[in-house]
Amino acid sequence: MSAFEPPPLADEVELAAPPALVPGAMAHSRPYVAAPAHNQALGFPAERVPDWERRAVEKLGELLERSRALRVFLDSCVKCGACADKCHFFIGTGDPNNMPVARQDLLRSLYRRHFTVAGRLLGRHVGARDMDEALLQEWYTYFHQCTQCRRCSVFCPFGIDTAEISMAAREIMDAIGLGQKYSNEIIGKVHKIGNNLGLPEPALANTLEGLEEDVLEQSGAAVKFPLDVHGADVLLVTPSADFFAEPHVDGLIGYAKVFHQAGISWTLSSHASEAANFALFIGSYEQMHKIAQRIRQAAVELGVKRIVFGECGHAWRVAYAFLNTLAGPWDFLDPAYPVPQHIVEVTHELIRRRGIVLDRDANAGKTVTFHDSCNVARASRMGDAPGGQFVLPREVIKAAVPSFVDMHRDTTHDRTFCCGGGGGLLTDDLLELRIKGARPRMQALKEVVEQQGVTHMAAICAICKTQFAKVLPAYGFPMEMVVSLHQLVGQAIRLG
Amino acid sequence: MDAAYQVDGKTIAHDEEGYLTDIGQWNEAVAGIIAEAEGLPMTAERWEVVNFLREYYQEYQIAPAVRVLTKAIGKKLGPEKASNKYLYELFPYGPAKQACKIAGLPKPTGCV
Repeated sequence: MSAFEPPPLADEVELAAPPALVPGAMAHSRPYVAAPAHNQALGFPAERVPDWERRAVEKLGELLERSRALRVFLDSCVKCGACADKCHFFIGTGDPNNMPVARQDLLRSLYRRHFTVAGRLLGRHVGARDMDEALLQEWYTYFHQCTQCRRCSVFCPFGIDTAEISMAAREIMDAIGLGQKYSNEIIGKVHKIGNNLGLPEPALANTLEGLEEDVLEQSGAAVKFPLDVHGADVLLVTPSADFFAEPHVDGLIGYAKVFHQAGISWTLSSHASEAANFALFIGSYEQMHKIAQRIRQAAVELGVKRIVFGECGHAWRVAYAFLNTLAGPWDFLDPAYPVPQHIVEVTHELIRRRGIVLDRDANAGKTVTFHDSCNVARASRMGDAPGGQFVLPREVIKAAVPSFVDMHRDTTHDRTFCCGGGGGLLTDDLLELRIKGARPRMQALKEVVEQQGVTHMAAICAICKTQFAKVLPAYGFPMEMVVSLHQLVGQAIRLG
Repeated sequence: MDAAYQVDGKTIAHDEEGYLTDIGQWNEAVAGIIAEAEGLPMTAERWEVVNFLREYYQEYQIAPAVRVLTKAIGKKLGPEKASNKYLYELFPYGPAKQACKIAGLPKPTGCV
């Protein structure tokens, strides 16, 4: 990787200059290619198939048959430019190929060539291109510079969803044997072991026992972290990073304290020890289905009544939007509760009816802001009112800390910026891209740190937490600034 | 990019990021070479971390959670060393990944 500097930050969000255009600025940024074994584990060709140019066009045709939306997205762009400066990767890199319209055009050009009359007849004159090595390399480079966060689609007058286009392109690349190592290796681990980390059951059990000891030592209360308990009421499905990384594990401790104080019986599952579903990132319905089935199997096997998801952004999108079609029907669960529920919904309701009691003084000295995760903000909801996914997390934080501050309105709610690591890009081989892509969020954070004394930024997504822990120091902030939302809750629950 | 470390006349393959392809090929000399490539001299403290990672991996086939590692190091080197911050001083790229690489273990994957 060449040396690079993080982009400069202005004093205030509204003083930040638009990026200077630098054609090809990120042309060198490509993730490692999946090894044959990674592809084969998912049923994809091990390596590039001999007639890949033809196969790519054929696969695009199959996707168009399956998704009317994809065809509409490819047909309806009028090049108005509304999306051009809305992508964090464009703002962070200045590479014109990171304008959402340009990214879309990489797929649109092949679509035009083979699936429109004008493109068949006039070719390049109407922006049509044949599939060749040059186009494929541009796809691999720039469809792995999209976190599928969908911020651009908020500003598109036609609602064109670049995430769907980037998912389709990745699906086509997998179909011709050009997979991305990070996502495909991880999906294979879920099939084999049950989670993204590759954490086997004995290691998970050992980790949870250690947490029980820690919490007992710190709070004097025998808070349990149950694993594979038959007949528990709640199955908690959470990202495996919650068992491994900081500050994620502090969030897991927070969930456990909530269940403990509320007297809710719950369990984790060693079979469904992962909330994440990276198949979303590679656009594969079949893989998404296979991963989601583990949750159903665990729920049936353990005989639970409710399913609750921990803090994971895209998992909540998959769960909220697709769990019923992927792994339903859920008629064996307790109809008194939504399927699935988010842990923030559970905690919010418990605070409201005083099923748990929070003490803000336990978080004295903290002024907290909240990073809306892209998939929660723009692809799901919480609670039963529109906008609940924005309201509930903030109300829970406000109940747990003495001081809360929101970041600039152009960077929150449905206008939130991606952390820079979503969509299957949270990998070390893309670190330069991740640091540059974090620019708009870091800009908004800087403003509230300097003007309103913000000390911490809470997140409800494992990817966001890891990404911020990595990129905050590049912008001069301490990595401990990022906290799990339920870390704040756990701190505010006084036990013993 | 090199696809192998050269150690005492032997060729030991690694992946694109420098993690050993076959963890059975690890030995202390390889650890020294990897650490050097990372710009980190192998001090007694770093060896404590690397040795603990290997012991844990032998039992559980995975690297320990950061918190498990922190606790273990606190027990061995003193409670003032039982912190994430101390581990980052030893392994600036992050204890989980950088120390695993030196210990010859697979890279922890996922949202970590």
